[in-house]
Amino acid sequence: MAKDRPRSFQEVWRRLQDYWAGQGCAVLQPYDMEVGAGTFHPATTLRALGSKPWAAAYVQPSRRPTDGRYGDNPNRLQHYYQFQVLIKPSPPDFQDLYLGSLEAIGIDMALHDIRFVEDDWESPTLGAWGLGWEVWCDGMEVSQFTYFQQVGGHDCHPVSGELTYGLERLAMYVLGIDHVMEMPYNDPDAPIPLSYGDVFRQTEEEFSRFNFDVAETEILFRHFEDAERECEAILAHPAEDPRSGRRIVMAHPAYDQCIKASHIFNLLDARGVISPTERQAYIGRVRALAKKCADAFVATEAGGWSSPDAA
Amino acid sequence: MPDLLIELFSEEIPARMQARAAADLKARMTDALVEAGLTYAGAEAFATPRRLALAVQGLSARSPETRERRRGPRVDAPEKAIEGFLRATGLTLSDLAVEEEKKGRVYVAEVVTPGRDAAEIVAEALEAVIRRFPWPKSMRWGAGDLRWVRPLHAILCILSDEAGAEVVPLEIDGIRAGDVTRGHRFLSPEPFSVTNFEDYEAKLKRAHVILRPEERADHIRHEATNLAFAAGLELVEDAGLLREVAGLVEWPVPLMGAIGEAFLDLPAEVLRTSMKEHQKFFSVRARSGQITHFVTVANIAAPDGGEAILAGNRKVLAARLSDAKFFWENDLRVAKQAAMRPWIERLETVTFHGRLGSQADRVARIAELAREMAPKVGAEPELAAEAARVAKADLASEMVYEFPELQGRMGRLYAEAAGMREEVAAAAEEHYAPLGPDDDVPEAPVSVAVALADKLDMLTGFWAIDERPTGSRDPFALRRAALGVIRIVLANELRLDLDTWIDMGLLRHKIELNRAAAADGEIDTLEEVLDEIAVRGVFGAALRAVLDARKGDGRAAPEDGPVLRTVGDLVPDLSTDLLAFLHDRLKVHLRGEGVRHDVIDAVLAMPGSDDLWLVVARARALGAVLATEEGENLVQGFKRANNILTQAEEADGVEYSFGAEPKYAEEETEKALFAALDAAEAEIAPALAAEDFERAMAAMAALRGPIDAFFEAVQVNAPNPVLRRNRLNLLSRIRDVCLQVADLRRIEG
Repeated sequence: MAKDRPRSFQEVWRRLQDYWAGQGCAVLQPYDMEVGAGTFHPATTLRALGSKPWAAAYVQPSRRPTDGRYGDNPNRLQHYYQFQVLIKPSPPDFQDLYLGSLEAIGIDMALHDIRFVEDDWESPTLGAWGLGWEVWCDGMEVSQFTYFQQVGGHDCHPVSGELTYGLERLAMYVLGIDHVMEMPYNDPDAPIPLSYGDVFRQTEEEFSRFNFDVAETEILFRHFEDAERECEAILAHPAEDPRSGRRIVMAHPAYDQCIKASHIFNLLDARGVISPTERQAYIGRVRALAKKCADAFVATEAGGWSSPDAA
Repeated sequence: MPDLLIELFSEEIPARMQARAAADLKARMTDALVEAGLTYAGAEAFATPRRLALAVQGLSARSPETRERRRGPRVDAPEKAIEGFLRATGLTLSDLAVEEEKKGRVYVAEVVTPGRDAAEIVAEALEAVIRRFPWPKSMRWGAGDLRWVRPLHAILCILSDEAGAEVVPLEIDGIRAGDVTRGHRFLSPEPFSVTNFEDYEAKLKRAHVILRPEERADHIRHEATNLAFAAGLELVEDAGLLREVAGLVEWPVPLMGAIGEAFLDLPAEVLRTSMKEHQKFFSVRARSGQITHFVTVANIAAPDGGEAILAGNRKVLAARLSDAKFFWENDLRVAKQAAMRPWIERLETVTFHGRLGSQADRVARIAELAREMAPKVGAEPELAAEAARVAKADLASEMVYEFPELQGRMGRLYAEAAGMREEVAAAAEEHYAPLGPDDDVPEAPVSVAVALADKLDMLTGFWAIDERPTGSRDPFALRRAALGVIRIVLANELRLDLDTWIDMGLLRHKIELNRAAAADGEIDTLEEVLDEIAVRGVFGAALRAVLDARKGDGRAAPEDGPVLRTVGDLVPDLSTDLLAFLHDRLKVHLRGEGVRHDVIDAVLAMPGSDDLWLVVARARALGAVLATEEGENLVQGFKRANNILTQAEEADGVEYSFGAEPKYAEEETEKALFAALDAAEAEIAPALAAEDFERAMAAMAALRGPIDAFFEAVQVNAPNPVLRRNRLNLLSRIRDVCLQVADLRRIEG
């Protein structure tokens, strides 16, 4: 087991990818849409549904407009990375596999205090919940560890085990860095060494300004409605595709619209134009979309549906 | 007599659930064993983050055989019935006896249920307990259907005696019971087998697991105290935190670190709260009271003595405290530069309750009420109103948003920073008190005014929207608010006509609730009523007076307006109901002080029962007198007089209250009673005027002798109607005199 310390941000997530690839996970790439967390990737949300086994790991850029701090805060960012693992059914030694991943990035279990502290996960926008822990390393939360019980209103059977690592925070800890912008992004001895700040300080500034003060709320409200309508319209189509004559339930295209609505809601929230009561209503609307997408997904082959003829 | 040992080994059990789970395992398992016919000498249950364990000593090896006689159908019953009986008993016809009974010859079976081995019973019981375990939240994992708090990995279940240990054969969803467990996750992960409880506990300790939660807690407290002491410091005790931390570790290793220099000027409660809530750290203070260090409890003994762990924890703490410091400094700026005004404005956007408006609305009502009540509690009205207006400002501060439990405490610090008067700052903190039954009660007049206004607004508000506590449901903690009112009134000896304040509070809420639906002039009328209540004391009289005055002035008096009608109907009932609720809480409170419930009922029946100080003063005086023989007998004499009088009044259909005349007194005892009543009345009237109920009761108790002597010698229902009427009128005097402090008819015995 590699106990030598990584030297850069990218080495941390590359080691995680290699480790989980070694455990048999398909290493996927980030989903090509704006999401608030790695969980929104269809490889987690949708694949946690149905009976088919699944194992995937990937880095997912995530956006939380309200967390923007113009690049000044040592560990708060409106754009950051999560590393996500989803295995269905959850393996019996999932905790040990997880601890192996910490060793892989250079955390010595004999010297550090690892704790599993109760933290039940719930996503009101996804209609999802699970039980698990936040994992502490020397008092710092380094991962979220969850056994999914329900997604999109559907009971998960079998249960998926999900891991989410906050990459910046974890890497800062492993590398001994105090301010995220000072973290080496590539190897410090590379011909052109780049820090996290070299890559992201400017975008943090630009997006903080945009998110808090510029994003046009009229347009956003309209986009929200459009995404909501489009999602429902896609799902309203009959399963039978008139062009190909095949049965094609469009769960993923509909889910893209659900992701869009969710992100637009986050932006509106950051703009401070949603009152507490309206907030609940918006969350409920996104959840309704997520549920419909989940219903659609379990009616697809990947979601465990099989043609009555095949039986 | 074998011993039973069970261990359910799982992934980490939430700390807050462990103690309850251990108790449930013990109760359910032992109940099931006893139910199945086994007995045991003792049982003890334990929990660590990864295991629940149960040790049962002296379990019977087998359940006893039982024999039961069962009467069956008659011998000549249809074949079907007899077959049914044979099936139910598992016997053949030749096994049955036949007995003569009144209704004929019937079959009788002796059903023998053989005893069962303890192992069989344990296996059955444990499976049932596991499958139906009352976790607050449970889950499935992998592809299975079993539910447990977190994935269940192993079951250890052995019966052991001198001869050795035997694994109880048992398998639940693929988990087969054995005699093997594991030690600490990192320090001793290898599996090992055990032969009995002593062996189990000892081997666990060698494998870096302390089984007993209280031993872990003691160890933490002891080590943490020593660490602090060695540095000339003192550990801040926190029993709740200790319990929680003991549930997070199997091998506790306390480590002490210093809080960064930059954070030492944060208020002590901010440091303590931030460290506790986010990091589960104990606080350590210097002799000055300043919190300077923390104790974290690691789950491993590291070869570097915990250096790396401490360094990591210090770093996390620094990040947390940077946030707290950021909030504190931002908040101080708002407090100092803008006198908290931005927060007060922001309260307009914070909902208090869907139907009771925003926090700003609530603050405005409290300020108004505090101003009005101020003279009654010895506070300056404008100061009380000002204090109320800033009392909730800290709810909009960044610190309280982050740590809601610091509300009030931060308000005080910020009000001080804003240069407000000490009374105003103190009220920001003290107006929430008392929170618990043992909590201190505010005494400073301004704090008292705001605290009472706060609680009365809360009570009348929820009464106005019909959200009263029911059974165990009291989501807005209204019982606590009512007890708060009671304790503040009593501790400060306040004389408040609560009726008036309740009516005003209810009306104020009803005006807000009905503003939109009101017809012309209705709201104006109600607002006039509000002012009038202060004069007239209660809603009904005030409403009548306002309507009459408006008619007199030729203004619209919209008596039949929809709002005025419903509000007019509702307020008196709601008011009565809320006062009854306060009386109920008062009873509970006084019963806690040992005051008899019939004494409380007797004084609550008196007029002025909305003046809680008066109620309690009467109750104390009555209670004191009843504790004496004189008082006990006075009540007997009074009841006798009252019974005779009541019967006569009912029979005659008249009230004997015309005043008895001494000139018709024949007997000496009768004359003496007249004299005694004169003397008592002369004593009681000034005592009552001075609200000296003890003296009044003492004067009444002095009547006991003359009353007893009177009944001994005199026949009340004398043949002579003049004498009889005079004597009944004399009894009426006794009743009037004796009912002046409390309704003695309600005293039991």
